[in-house]
Amino acid sequence: MQMTEFKPKIVAFCCNWCSYAGADLAGNNRLNYPAEVKIIRVPCSCRVNPMFILRAFQRGADGVILCGCHPGDCHYTSGNYYTRRRMALLFSMLNFLGIEKERTRVEWVSAAEGAKFAATMNDFVAQITALGENKRLEDLRCKK
Amino acid sequence: MQRIGVFVCHCGTNIAGTVDVKAVAEALRYEPGVVISTEYQYMCSQAGQDMIHEAIRENNLTGIVVCSCSPRMHEATFRKTAQSAGLNPYMVEIANIREQCSWVHKDMEIGTEKAIILGRAAIAKVNLNAPLTPGETPVTKRALVIGGGIAGIQTALDIADAGFPVDIVETKPTIGGKMAQLDKTFPTLDCAACILTPKMVEAAQHENIRILSYSEVQDIKGFVGNFTVQIKKKARYVKEDICTGCGLCTEKCPQKKVPNEFNLEMDNRRAIYIPFAQAVPKVATIDPNYCTMLKTGKCGVCAKVCTAKAIDYTQKDEIMEEKYGAIVAATGFNPISMKPFDEYAYSQSKDVITSLEFERLMNAAGPTGGKLLRPSDGKHPHTIVFVQCVGSRCSAHASKGKEYCSKICCMYTAKHAMLTRDKYPDTDVYVFYIDVRTPGKNFDEFYRRAVEEYGVHYVKGMVGKVSPEGDKLMVQASDLLADKQLHIEADLVVLAAAIEPDMSARPLATMLTASMDTNDFFTEAHPKLRPVESPTAGVFLSGACQGPKDIPETVSQAGAAAAKVIGLLAKDKLKGNPCVAGSDEWMCNGCSSCERVCPYGAITYVTKEFRMPDRTTALRRVAQVNEAVCQGCGACTVACPSGAMDLKGFASSQIMAEVDAICK
Ligand code: FES
Repeated sequence: MQMTEFKPKIVAFCCNWCSYAGADLAGNNRLNYPAEVKIIRVPCSCRVNPMFILRAFQRGADGVILCGCHPGDCHYTSGNYYTRRRMALLFSMLNFLGIEKERTRVEWVSAAEGAKFAATMNDFVAQITALGENKRLEDLRCKK
Repeated sequence: MQRIGVFVCHCGTNIAGTVDVKAVAEALRYEPGVVISTEYQYMCSQAGQDMIHEAIRENNLTGIVVCSCSPRMHEATFRKTAQSAGLNPYMVEIANIREQCSWVHKDMEIGTEKAIILGRAAIAKVNLNAPLTPGETPVTKRALVIGGGIAGIQTALDIADAGFPVDIVETKPTIGGKMAQLDKTFPTLDCAACILTPKMVEAAQHENIRILSYSEVQDIKGFVGNFTVQIKKKARYVKEDICTGCGLCTEKCPQKKVPNEFNLEMDNRRAIYIPFAQAVPKVATIDPNYCTMLKTGKCGVCAKVCTAKAIDYTQKDEIMEEKYGAIVAATGFNPISMKPFDEYAYSQSKDVITSLEFERLMNAAGPTGGKLLRPSDGKHPHTIVFVQCVGSRCSAHASKGKEYCSKICCMYTAKHAMLTRDKYPDTDVYVFYIDVRTPGKNFDEFYRRAVEEYGVHYVKGMVGKVSPEGDKLMVQASDLLADKQLHIEADLVVLAAAIEPDMSARPLATMLTASMDTNDFFTEAHPKLRPVESPTAGVFLSGACQGPKDIPETVSQAGAAAAKVIGLLAKDKLKGNPCVAGSDEWMCNGCSSCERVCPYGAITYVTKEFRMPDRTTALRRVAQVNEAVCQGCGACTVACPSGAMDLKGFASSQIMAEVDAICK
């Protein structure tokens, strides 16, 4: 097998009202972050089922990050509080499932925080790159 | 199988600069479901839209993917294009290859590769899209305004003028609110009653306004356009429609020792009373806590003197149920209690008063007939100390007081100081302040007149202690600018008490499922762009229930809230957001998990008859989403343990298809 530079696959779930807009703002300000990050738009961070995150890992994602409005700022008032609890629970089980906890993260990014979005993504990608490929959960049959 | 068209935009060089647009279009051509894939300079231009339109028609497309700028920019544009070509607007997906691709990457190869993946994800999603139609609900063309102060009155008048019926619900026997208790108003010094009472009368006589005074909202059900509200009309023991408001009973009632709340209990009223001369409705009310007839069955003087025969001791509270399309909260404010601030000796001396009490003392209709006299001995005070920010701008860790600035105190204190010096030039007036805040039209000019023309002594510093000594009040304070301690022998001390939301606001917010901040002020839908709407659809905010406000601000906000209400009531039907939750009744096991997490109360449970495969019928409890109330956050979809709940437009299968496409 030929050794090439490791390029992680990273899925970023962003809520429509804050974080997705924050990502757009990063774009407007031409703030670079690695192309490994692919964003999926969801109405609210609370739409993200822990199952989606596991699915991503199963399909070969190396890292999953979930971004929502700051606590108290959720467009639906309380959505991100649910997110916070659900993810705390999920993350506490990840090691048990064979995924390093460090492959996931929840981050609050407002629509005004383009710079924070870019910085967060740079940081997260660096973290995942350092962790290396996610071998454990990935089903070899999915990869071929 | 869908027939999908893919349209990749160059956006001039905005996208084409870092993404090989042609290569993207070519690569996406072979994705499942795609029948046509093409690119163009500017997809959002008329020519670009025409191209999409044509393509939909020619190829019988059932879905389209536009790879372009953020959906926040042009999703609506392309949805309209699709609709004009006969395609359901929700069969459109956008791949954001500008803000989230070409603009953040520099390398053409990397950008192109990512754009292809984003396009694939969008195609994977659109393959699972289903046509959606927004639900429509009729609108009850009638508004409810809760609170009859200047905010409520103004909102009601503006709505009524636009031709819609409005009910004002006020807990007190009269409308008018705090403004009715004020003497003069800053910065023009016109008398509050002179500008308020004509509005009260206008509201009473307006054909579209009904005033429900001495009434309370008990329960609110429903949603935007369709609220059902229970209102309790408290028994006033006087027939409202018969009472002429002559006031004879209020003079003859033998029970004279009832503290008069309108004058902040600085004098007494009778057990049957009309709060003040210009009350609206001008109808007497019997106070059941003090009326001898109601308590012991012996007396009946008012019934004897009433020539109109309006007294009815047997009256009962009445509950009425009404329907409204929009609700405006205008519950207003109150000064905070001065009890925890005993360093100012409020409870020890009658001559330490609050600013609102000072208003009543200066008012010609007040307990002293407008003469400034000390409450303790009726003597004219020669030295008056005003203390600002009592309970305002306290540290977050302080055991008492509020963190916020009450906003109106600087101005009314300047007004009080000025009026005192104007009426009684022989009085010495001191004002202690942390900062003087006067941002408002003609406000700073007003404050400077108090200092420069009227010779009010403004001292930067706080009062540490007030101690009654004989008939004097010893005031210890610091003068921060001169850096020295001051000892003032005062005759009267006036405390500018912080203001807080009325107590009724919290239970009301619960009934409305409207959100509040930590101080119990109502939260607005957006602090800058939607300041008069609550995040709960159909609920609007007027006046100080949203935050401290002076009269001009209150009136402008009241008008703004009315405009929003009118905009809502003018519609015959409300179009909802079709991306709402929906439950698969066969999978639902009736566990209530979704109901508990829904922030809008959009989910209810019904018991339904189901025909089972073995031809028997069974009764099952299943969740039902009210599509007019659901805002589409998706919290319930995750809470649902059986996977019955899903969100239209963002279905679990769609999101997972995107995940798969990205991870491929
Ligand atoms: S809308 Fe952003 S977290 Fe709920």
